[in-house]
Amino acid sequence: MSGPEDDDAPRPGPGPEDGDVPRTGTGGDSSGGDSSGKGVAGGASGDGPAGKGGGASEPERVPAWRAVLQGLGPRGLGLKIGAPVLALLISLLITMVLLRITGADPFSSMRSMVDYGTTENSLVDIVNRATRYYLSAVAVAIGFRMALLNIGVDGQYRLAAMLSAALGGALTLPAPFGQLLVIVAAMLIGGLWAAIAGVLKVTRGVSEVLSTIMLNAIATGLIAYLLNDKRLAEVRPGSNNVATPQIPGDGRVGDLNGFLSWFGLDLPGRVYGLLPLAIVVGAVFWVVINHTRFGFDLKVSGLAPSAARASGVSARRMIVVTMVASGAVAGLIGMPELLGASYEYSLNFPAGLGFTGITVALLGRNHPVGIALAALLFAFLDQTSDVLQEVDIPKEIVGVMQGVVVLTVVIVYELVRRWEIRLQQRSVADELATGHDLAREAA
Amino acid sequence: MPDQVPAVRLSSITKRFPGVVANRDVGLTIERGEVHALCGENGAGKSTLMKILYGMQRPDEGTIEIDGEPVTLRTPADAIARGIGMVHQHFKLADNLTVLENVILGAEPRRRGRIDFAAARARITEMSEQYGLRVRPDVLVESLGVGDRQRVEILKVLYRGARVLILDEPTAVLVPQEVEELFGNLRELRAEGLTVLFISHKLDEVLSVADTISVIRRGTTVATRLSPDATTSRRLAELMVGSELPTPELRESTVTDDVQLDVAGLTVLTPEGRPVVDGVSLSIRRGEIVGLAGVEGNGQSELIEAVMGLRSADAGTVSYGPPGDRADITHWPTRRRREAGIAYIPEDRHRHGLVLEGSLWENRMLGHQTQRPNVRGPWVDRRGARRDTTRIVREYDVRTPGIEVPAAALSGGNQQKLIVGREMSGDPRLLIAAHPTRGIDVGAQAAIWEYLRRARASGLAVLLISADLEELIGMSDTLHVILRGRLVARVDPGTVTPEELGSAMTGAGTAS
Repeated sequence: MSGPEDDDAPRPGPGPEDGDVPRTGTGGDSSGGDSSGKGVAGGASGDGPAGKGGGASEPERVPAWRAVLQGLGPRGLGLKIGAPVLALLISLLITMVLLRITGADPFSSMRSMVDYGTTENSLVDIVNRATRYYLSAVAVAIGFRMALLNIGVDGQYRLAAMLSAALGGALTLPAPFGQLLVIVAAMLIGGLWAAIAGVLKVTRGVSEVLSTIMLNAIATGLIAYLLNDKRLAEVRPGSNNVATPQIPGDGRVGDLNGFLSWFGLDLPGRVYGLLPLAIVVGAVFWVVINHTRFGFDLKVSGLAPSAARASGVSARRMIVVTMVASGAVAGLIGMPELLGASYEYSLNFPAGLGFTGITVALLGRNHPVGIALAALLFAFLDQTSDVLQEVDIPKEIVGVMQGVVVLTVVIVYELVRRWEIRLQQRSVADELATGHDLAREAA
Repeated sequence: MPDQVPAVRLSSITKRFPGVVANRDVGLTIERGEVHALCGENGAGKSTLMKILYGMQRPDEGTIEIDGEPVTLRTPADAIARGIGMVHQHFKLADNLTVLENVILGAEPRRRGRIDFAAARARITEMSEQYGLRVRPDVLVESLGVGDRQRVEILKVLYRGARVLILDEPTAVLVPQEVEELFGNLRELRAEGLTVLFISHKLDEVLSVADTISVIRRGTTVATRLSPDATTSRRLAELMVGSELPTPELRESTVTDDVQLDVAGLTVLTPEGRPVVDGVSLSIRRGEIVGLAGVEGNGQSELIEAVMGLRSADAGTVSYGPPGDRADITHWPTRRRREAGIAYIPEDRHRHGLVLEGSLWENRMLGHQTQRPNVRGPWVDRRGARRDTTRIVREYDVRTPGIEVPAAALSGGNQQKLIVGREMSGDPRLLIAAHPTRGIDVGAQAAIWEYLRRARASGLAVLLISADLEELIGMSDTLHVILRGRLVARVDPGTVTPEELGSAMTGAGTAS
């Protein structure tokens, strides 16, 4: 053992400098990323994903699933707009082919969807639907940001809506307080219900996917138990419906139609008065993610859990806080409908929004604006599915369309993202080679 | 045997990766029936070259000839079909299968649609005897030791018809007797007419086993077909690192009397209750660099994680700060320790030091995301963070066209300089530096040593862990040896030689 680099420790396989080179190939049989055994790599990665061998010298690339969840995408503005447009065109093409296969004329059925979807009646429904989808998707996206899969948004919002409806129906408070109380109660209930999954994960290592799915089932059972005329609900005379007592007039939120008519928009249906709430939630989400310490910690925890830990982020705390935040927003999902249209929680209350939110969040790439567009698109597709039956196409084809859109967007984004990283590495090398170097320019 | 066709001839191989040329105009000829050693520093491009030969990477330029015939290798399967086999440093064996099953996995002999175990067993036994590999086909791999496993790997490659064996740092995982055995096996393989390409940076081993030696430095061959009789390990070392080798050294002592970190009786247990850090006590004064020498896996990673609060201590205390203002930080969370001025250069920069997808300024915030200039109260101060990132890029000579590029786009050395710059920001009192210069080029290495020296002069206390013994000896004021989680010796870095330190690390000798 002589020479300048004595070293008899087991070394990482390739020379680290080689290993540092971000791999572009697939390298299925790569001997590269072998860790040096018992290093930190193995020790502190308890909260990390099952990485590939935990290489000391292999860059920890964000795995595709994580990138997809986190809405990582291209950074350049051109690609940011180009990628979704490309994806939508591809999915439109696939949908047309699908329609053709089912024996329909793709062009005329598309046209009838657009015609129906742009009537004033439909527009109101689409906006109302999109509001619910939007809140649901933001709730999901909060978890996605740190790679937490809150599948339980569905149970969280239903339970929150039901209990806060019962509360709102039982009390009569002067104007802003009744509404505020109901909204705050819904956020609390949603947050607490989600917190169960967070605490289980932190203390017992229970996967949040499993616990939230089970909590959905429990919420369903709990609601069925409570929504009974012996407990929190009453039977509506003349029907089989069971509902919580109606929220009194002072506790309701009026529609937006009056406000909209100022701008010359006179719509036939009632637009949710809490539509602005969704916009505020989106704005707060954006500010928190991009401009606060919490948002930074959240982002880092999602992208590189072990680096986050080493930087002093407490993974346990982040998990619980994120679940609670996600659940609190989930609690809001039912509010526009409850306070603006139904005034009660009944068997007819919209269900399944939590699952739609997952797809909408994926489609919207976790970005507040992206989610808004995705929510509108989904609402449009759902709204216009009815008209397809009139031209003898099963309305379920819309579900297929939605799936196609999400898959195409997810795949196209991931491909464009990887392509862009490769491009970027090359351009950094080129720029350095041509002397464009920040460190040297200073001199 | 110069008149015969060489087994492998690589000519003018060039391979570029973004930001770095891994191989430049490499020429290498390997004759049939020889043990050819390829030496070079980490990062010199040995592994890339071997991946090219094994079909895992495609060269950008140059040709590969096997038995005189130009070939294009697209996948390892192509290479195997051409009789090239690779034994990886880390074994790729299924523990729950037998040796026989492992060897034939993916190349099963079939008879009437079923695996013909009898034929496989006969062939394996025969090959095992022919090459002196002494492998028992029906033993479960999980019951085998490291040396046996390596022989199974070799057999696996031979079974697929390899005539040229690439062994990637095969001795890194072996104890000395096993190394001797391996060398015996290699000589037998050579006697049977096989060609062995042996990659290593341990020069004494290379000299003892190789028939011919080639040296690769900074991606290109600087010496080919040296005879081991005509060279010395010193000469090889010079070839490997070139003449511009910087030396790690400290100048005058800056050690003060103020203890900054005091670790007393620190013990960390594995989940099974086995101690990985066992009653370690050490103290670091301001202006002092304390080195920790040890073979990897002897508890040094766990020790620094315990000091950083990434792992909880099962016994003992960690106290921090000058006398009079001393705090027991044993149970502090990591963030509080960082805020108190403990900086950390992690062992594995990709997993623990960087968010590769994040921009440089986001990476500058990492670990300092509660401190100015990165944040103001709960708000991220993007302007402050960006401005300070530009400062680091300039002061620490991070080669990048801008601070908005993702960290993944930088080369390893520049990533490391960014980390060092970040950790030196905000007046740290204590720096935990784990392998600060591992895997980076010589220039960056010298620069990082200089930053450490400067910080030490201004009163920083440093705990240095490195696998590079020269670095440890040259950069430490005090040097401890860690073995199986215990501090077993304290050596004087002024007098100890790398050889003495190396034997103390393995527990073989006693350095005083």
